[in-house]
Amino acid sequence: MNIVVLIKQVPDTNEVRIDPKTKTLIRKGVPSIINPEDKNAVEQALTLKQKYGGEVNVVTMGPPQADVALREALAMGADKGFLITDRFFGGADTYATAKTLSTTIKTVFPDFDLVLCGRQAIDGDTAQVGPQTAEQLGVPQVTYAKEVEVSGNKLTVTREVEDGYEVIELTTPALLTVVKDANQPRYPSISGIFDAYEVDVKKITNDDLKLVREELGLKGSPTKVVATTTPDTQRKGEVFTGNPKECCGNLIDRLNQRHLI
Amino acid sequence: MDFSFTKQQEMVRKVVSEFAKNEVEPGADDRDLTGEFPEDIVRKMAGLGMMGIPYPKEYGGAGGDYISYILAVEELSKVCASTGVILSAHTSLCCYPISKWGTEEQKKKYLVPLAKGEKLGAFGLTEPNAGTDAATQQTVATLEGDHYVLNGSKIFITNGGKADVYVIFAMTDKSKGNHGISAFIVEKDFKGFSIGKIEDKMGINASSTAELVFEDCIVPKENLLGDEGRGFAMAMETLDGGRVGIAAQALGIAEAALDETTKYAKERQQFGRPIGKFQGIKWYVADMATRVQEAKMLVYRAAWKKQVGKMKSTDAAYAKLCASETAMYVTTKAVQIFGGYGYIKDYPVERYMRDAKITEIYEGTSEVQKMVISGSLL
Repeated sequence: MNIVVLIKQVPDTNEVRIDPKTKTLIRKGVPSIINPEDKNAVEQALTLKQKYGGEVNVVTMGPPQADVALREALAMGADKGFLITDRFFGGADTYATAKTLSTTIKTVFPDFDLVLCGRQAIDGDTAQVGPQTAEQLGVPQVTYAKEVEVSGNKLTVTREVEDGYEVIELTTPALLTVVKDANQPRYPSISGIFDAYEVDVKKITNDDLKLVREELGLKGSPTKVVATTTPDTQRKGEVFTGNPKECCGNLIDRLNQRHLI
Repeated sequence: MDFSFTKQQEMVRKVVSEFAKNEVEPGADDRDLTGEFPEDIVRKMAGLGMMGIPYPKEYGGAGGDYISYILAVEELSKVCASTGVILSAHTSLCCYPISKWGTEEQKKKYLVPLAKGEKLGAFGLTEPNAGTDAATQQTVATLEGDHYVLNGSKIFITNGGKADVYVIFAMTDKSKGNHGISAFIVEKDFKGFSIGKIEDKMGINASSTAELVFEDCIVPKENLLGDEGRGFAMAMETLDGGRVGIAAQALGIAEAALDETTKYAKERQQFGRPIGKFQGIKWYVADMATRVQEAKMLVYRAAWKKQVGKMKSTDAAYAKLCASETAMYVTTKAVQIFGGYGYIKDYPVERYMRDAKITEIYEGTSEVQKMVISGSLL
């Protein structure tokens, strides 16, 4: 089974603070980690490889320092790492990212059976890159995958939904996004860490993908960030007094005014 | 001068730190109370290649470097000093002499399973009457045909009773004094070898400390480690490495105590403000942090020198003296800053203080380190 895992290096949000003046993330000195659910995707890939054989290729798009994330995945047991890095890719939103990732998959892994992603990243929290990549690859997708069984080219995927599970059958090639309950990602082994730095991580630039500039990075991103704000934590609650009927009436009026109901 | 770690070393630290927080820390307080040896944890460490970090892959190791090994001891000791010393004694005191002086056969037979973590190792030098005066060995080894016969006992042996392989020192020629001491590889099942008293300690309770008893213990001739009569020099060189491991353990304890203290000083309110706002506490914390930094420099420097083959006995002595006394200073101050809460077992600083004390004693007391240091100067 030829598996491609898409991972993202993110700031460890447990350590991130917001600059009260600029309202942006203070990234300085914050350690970078593999997005937690992407580790679940790596684990899923390694488990499938152990069961059914094949190869696990890990791909990330990011600045040169994202190399560390690939090395960690290699230390967990992945076979090869690929770093998509080019200054033209900078500032990409989920659409442009999915475009770049899907083009990479088509170019480098034309015979892939399965693409695995984490459900969503803890920095952007969009959960869009996986589904968009599947669309651009033109393959079926299952999001929120918890269990995966393989029989020939047929996949049986148990999908987590709010009030239970869905079991979905589909054929490869396909893309799945994996939830954190799917598994417990293994620790990289110490020997794996030293091995991971003995191999080359292949760098992929736009020279390999040959996308037009307008489809890349900030230029290729339909999302435009107008402003970012942080919720005001100084807000005060409002206490309604009177009999219960009056209070409920006032509450409903107020919620209506705010367009909350 | 470059103080940075390699990418591999940074990742080793990160992975061991995650492992320590997820797998080792949760039961550390309980194990301190019950004295239960963390067999499951050691098995998991073996699975991740932590039991032979600085040894080559061909001998079962992770093919890593000495600094990475020291970082692993430090990170484990931040959450559980017992687990830290289990790794240190195994790696520095048992694997090391076999890797350095073992024959090819001995390495294949013993180092490979040790470095893979399939077997646990220990080191036996100390005797009831041979502590700091280690040359006064009373355990005797007599060559009888194709085997040696060992008689005597060893005390305070870390991993004793849990280990499968022991590097044991015994007198082969009393007339030659410390030049009559030899080293042997002893398996736990060798006839005539048994475990005596298991010690009940002040701290590092989840590590095993035991007496080893040799009564006409039969050790095959091929289990002589290194040359006959070279045992004392081998023990001293081995202990130099061991001291860097203990220094890393002490450093880990000190860092954990400092970390708990800063958290507590920010949260604990007295007189209407966090106690960390009072100058008295600020100065304590600054002194604690400075001493932790001193210990770090000396521990990492010793580890680096060991890595590049330039370490002298004094480098290990500086690191161990500084780190162990730092651990005692920082944990004692931590308990003081926590006040009444520091003295009870609801907070971990009480355990840290009890665990820290041993680092000033074993693998050469602070006074022995001072003998080594002053001996190089005077």
